[in-house]
Amino acid sequence: MSSLKVFDIAGSGMNAENLRQNLVASNIANANSVSSSIDQVYKSRQPVFATEMNNIMQKNQAAAGVNVLGVVENQAPPVVEYAPNHPMADASGYIYKPNVNSIEEMANMMSASRAYQNNVDVLNTAKTMILDTLKLGQ
Amino acid sequence: MSIDFNSALDIHPQALVLREKRGEVLAANLANADTPDYKARDLDFKAVFNQNLSGSSVSMERTNPGHMAARNTVLGADLKYRNPQQPSLDGNTVEGHIEQAKFAENAVQYEASLSMLKNQFSGLMTAIKGQ
Repeated sequence: MSSLKVFDIAGSGMNAENLRQNLVASNIANANSVSSSIDQVYKSRQPVFATEMNNIMQKNQAAAGVNVLGVVENQAPPVVEYAPNHPMADASGYIYKPNVNSIEEMANMMSASRAYQNNVDVLNTAKTMILDTLKLGQ
Repeated sequence: MSIDFNSALDIHPQALVLREKRGEVLAANLANADTPDYKARDLDFKAVFNQNLSGSSVSMERTNPGHMAARNTVLGADLKYRNPQQPSLDGNTVEGHIEQAKFAENAVQYEASLSMLKNQFSGLMTAIKGQ
């Protein structure tokens, strides 16, 4: 039944926003994970969204969902702090903090949560529409 | 005498199909609200409806199996791109509030078509029972 495509589309949107929300949680949770080496320090992670173009091309359908292409690490330099008394300090007395921007992450979290809610609303409305259609003629 | 459902039910079944397709397109817009470079699209209901009603849809002829079918069409009509009020930096033209409003509007119109259809059916039932 073709009308069930709405569920796929809204589902893909929910899936993508859910991943984004998870990454925000991971970033915020690791915001204070201090490391003693610049290579091992946690880097902020962000999802990359893309429209499901291959579906459009193959099945000749007009509406398309969201595809998560992958997760990229933010390449901004980590915060370097001189703290020779810190237990994690390296030989020259520096510690490395993640490049997580808490304010950015909070804004990201709000955006992801609103977008998720939008998709849930779409799903609920589509469900009502289809259930009403099934009751046609009764 | 037989009942021809196409004429008995008027235009409402076609309207319902169109509403459903438009709902899909709007759902895709909302799902892609955060996808960079995604362009919000919509169905020109009036144009598609007139085209389907008059049956005078003009489409490209495919004379070779290698020809690709026209893309991004719904029921033979092209999807239109929405002009954003406030375009965003990442090239995405989805505006959540506008899409939500359109989606709600479309859902109400779907329900309206549906209740019209219900009325047509109950009219037919009355005619059949003769009571």
